[in-house]
Amino acid sequence: MISSIRKKILEVLEKDARLTPREAAILLSEDENLVAGEIAAMEAEGIILGYKTIVNPERVRDDKVACLIEVSVQPERGHGFDKIAERIYRFPEVRSVYLVSGGYDLLIVIEGQSLREIADFVIEKLSVLPNVRSTASHFLLKKYKELGTILVESDGQERIPVSP
Amino acid sequence: MKVSTLPQTQSRKPRVNQTVADLPPSGIRRFFDLVVSRQGVISLGVGEPDFVTPWHICEAGIHSLESGRTSYTSNSGLLALREEIAQYLEATTGNRYDPVKEILITVGASEAVDLIFRTLLEPGDEVIVIDPSFVAYPALVTLAGGIPVRIATRPEYGFAPRREDLDRAVSPRTRALMLNYPNNPTGAALSRDQIEEIADFVTRNDLILISDEIYLPLTYEGDPISFASLPAVRNHLVLLHGFSKAWAMTGWRLGFAAGPPDLIAAMTKIHQYAIMCPPTMAQHAAVEALKNGHKEVESMRLEYDRRRRFISHHLNRMGLTCMIPQGAFYVFPSIQSTGLSSQEFAERLLDEYNVAVVPGTAFGECGEGYIRCSYATSLDALREALRRIEAFVTDHRSTTGETNPPPFREP
Repeated sequence: MISSIRKKILEVLEKDARLTPREAAILLSEDENLVAGEIAAMEAEGIILGYKTIVNPERVRDDKVACLIEVSVQPERGHGFDKIAERIYRFPEVRSVYLVSGGYDLLIVIEGQSLREIADFVIEKLSVLPNVRSTASHFLLKKYKELGTILVESDGQERIPVSP
Repeated sequence: MKVSTLPQTQSRKPRVNQTVADLPPSGIRRFFDLVVSRQGVISLGVGEPDFVTPWHICEAGIHSLESGRTSYTSNSGLLALREEIAQYLEATTGNRYDPVKEILITVGASEAVDLIFRTLLEPGDEVIVIDPSFVAYPALVTLAGGIPVRIATRPEYGFAPRREDLDRAVSPRTRALMLNYPNNPTGAALSRDQIEEIADFVTRNDLILISDEIYLPLTYEGDPISFASLPAVRNHLVLLHGFSKAWAMTGWRLGFAAGPPDLIAAMTKIHQYAIMCPPTMAQHAAVEALKNGHKEVESMRLEYDRRRRFISHHLNRMGLTCMIPQGAFYVFPSIQSTGLSSQEFAERLLDEYNVAVVPGTAFGECGEGYIRCSYATSLDALREALRRIEAFVTDHRSTTGETNPPPFREP
């Protein structure tokens, strides 16, 4: 079980990773050294893995192609799905790998520079893995929301700037 | 085509009645006009949440439209909503209000403020109103023919009314005491002792206590205490509440009053002639808000709580001393160290650094020497606004020859 102070620190950092330990300490009414220590410890323990920027791909228009691939695999005695999942997630072009319940086993998200690149991956790297039984690829057409952040432009709400 | 702005016929009598003509324009209005004429303003002047209404509540409103629920409801509001309110009050105060006779749904808590004054007051009757306080109370007392009697609340006493000031303000014409805790603009909340003291004052003097508790769910220290949790004051209490603040539903315009059956019946009489009923769509959304909105209210409260610590920490550090707010989403720092009046401070800060705050005097004479900063604004905006306020304060300290506070370091 993660301690309550760590939970609170993670909550504020997940909203804004740029917060300094001092700012986080003010927000949480905690001691600055304590917060700095907990953050350092969580980094060391692998609880905090890194800090990233959330970029809106709809605005960058880098022409990357993304694809969701459903993969049915043959699990292995003693390893279950872990070994085959590892053989897939080691590829750097693979962004995410999930083991899911339902009609297939692994859901993977892959990103490439072109449709050709993704086709090559599926044909030459993924389908040929010994435990892969079948794949179904879905090219991503538009991202509406990612990691809790809505990506599409909205008029937003205009609050009147001064109100009683 | 030239359009004449003059009345067509010259009458001897002015067209606008004297009470309205004499009503001072809201101090906020004047400032608002200044702010909207500028670009790139960071506003800490907003008296409403920066959150959008939680989506499941919006969905309930949309669903009510899709289902064709577009007609009037009963004058008092949907019974289903009044029942939810009764349950909410029972859960938060321990006391049961009868959804049929003791609860009225209104167009915002503001309508309920207007209704109760019109219900209670004969011409010349007095209502004790704390100073500083929300701009509408004294104006609506006056419009109802009453006289607002202001009593000062000060930071030394946690911006709560003192018993001796209340005793001094009461006269044979006093009908009611108007309170609003957690308070706009000071962020003050009342302790259990203070609430009991006020309840005692009200019952002893046989007054009506009008308690606007719209910010009560946004209490940050200790449990929120409603006047409705004191059975002794029940027959003297008109509780006002609404969905605008805690449920982030300002634009839906929905509030309610809970109180003794005779007063609620009288308020309902005025309401049925003036308003008919509150908006139907908003009422359906509010049912959902009370049934399933607790989690979102709590997560918004948590977010305000963190910003509250952030803004009051930095204001105090830069010498704009303030009481740490205990509720609502305002902080009310003293600007006396700058030597400027509230109005000057707010206008120059806007002019020189493009930050909007509301001069304390908009909330009454006792607001002189203070400004109201709302922290219903993103942390990023608060950070930048505080940086600018600090630069402004530093400029004005050095011109008045006082010692400079340490420079603002991005922590």
